[in-house]
Amino acid sequence: MRHLMSPLDFTPAELDNLFDLAGDIEHNMPKYAHACEGKKLAACFYEPSTRTRLSFESAMLNLGGQVLGFSDANSSSASKGESVSDTIRVISCFADICAMRHPKEGAPMVAASHSSIPVINAGDGGHQHPTQTLTDLLTIRSLKGRLRDFTIGLCGDLKFGRTVHSLIHALVRYPGVRFIFISPEELRVPDYITEMLQEKGVSYEEVIRLEESMPNLDLLYMTRVQKERFFNEEDYVRLKDFYILNKDKMALAKPDMLVLHPLPRVNEISVEVDSDPRAAYFKQVQYGVYVRMALILTLLDIQV
Amino acid sequence: MLNVGKIEEGFVLDHIEAGKSLSIYHHLQLDKLDCTVAIIKNARSNKMGKKDILKVECDINTLDLDILGFIDHNITVNVIKDGEIVDKMPLTLPKEIKNVIRCKNPRCITSIEQELPHIFVLSDLKKEVYRCKYCEEKLDRRTL
Repeated sequence: MRHLMSPLDFTPAELDNLFDLAGDIEHNMPKYAHACEGKKLAACFYEPSTRTRLSFESAMLNLGGQVLGFSDANSSSASKGESVSDTIRVISCFADICAMRHPKEGAPMVAASHSSIPVINAGDGGHQHPTQTLTDLLTIRSLKGRLRDFTIGLCGDLKFGRTVHSLIHALVRYPGVRFIFISPEELRVPDYITEMLQEKGVSYEEVIRLEESMPNLDLLYMTRVQKERFFNEEDYVRLKDFYILNKDKMALAKPDMLVLHPLPRVNEISVEVDSDPRAAYFKQVQYGVYVRMALILTLLDIQV
Repeated sequence: MLNVGKIEEGFVLDHIEAGKSLSIYHHLQLDKLDCTVAIIKNARSNKMGKKDILKVECDINTLDLDILGFIDHNITVNVIKDGEIVDKMPLTLPKEIKNVIRCKNPRCITSIEQELPHIFVLSDLKKEVYRCKYCEEKLDRRTL
């Protein structure tokens, strides 16, 4: 029995199989409509996360399965002090697979070690959110046609953003991927990541202004720059516009560059960009459902 | 100069960084052993300037070398039998260490889940980096 704790749990070859399956699901949805009939997904969400939970639920319902669970810790036995290891033993009797979101880092791993059903980490604090990374990889692979030989710009809060860190770790396993890190000085990508890139001989550069690198990018992964991350108001006011993507900045980009964003977007991508064919962030949400469907089938070992 | 006599059977832990012997005494749980233990602090050392030494008169199977390797793999472990050094045991960094150090990350599941062992895993041998098995928080070895 397999679980998914980190995006690196699957080898690139296994990910290829997963993404092939997701691609087949995308083009042949009716074929999979009854694949999980009689199966139940437990969505155990110890903290609210509407989009991730609904994406998992949508994935299971698309496969003909059913869904049960809770959407915050107050409506679970955790509020009575039950341990994660006890909860998963109980959930294992009710469902065939579990997606767990927990504010404590490593909680899904504890669950997996006591579970008799596959456990998917649906986000554990600031630690891992593997299905977001799988979503990002599938989106790139589907829309770019490859997971190699491109330049990706990662823009915004690169210091605290776990989605960015996970995506970097996942992408370094593919050849020819170059990184451009675009962030204010305060929110630079952590040293341990740049050290890892140097050790692996992966090409990267760090810049402060988004405009400078736009013409060189094949992909732009936007994240939000939060005001509270800055040391002072003055720096925030000075820098915030550098990280807002608008039509003017899009005009500098290649005609086939894609814009991704893990969402929710606040104001870092101007709504005027939404109608640009290069804006792929809502398609990305749809790929999130496909990849979760493929993941559920893979972990339940269901062949269609 | 202070002289501490030979031991008949047990270990001499030599080349301990000066000031660390008491911490090692506690981590090895020597306080729980009913045997003679000598803690020598700030002994003169040609190699280190000054060093600590621990002499423990006990069965040689009592010592957890993994813990010692984790704390400081440069310590020399001399095995003593009949008053003589019969072996020097090499110390290596263990792959995993259980319930020696608590994870200090307040967001780690170990902070709330009862009975969960605190496990640190060697993630980078070259840089001697250990990370919490659950939250991957890097262990600051200076806190040992």
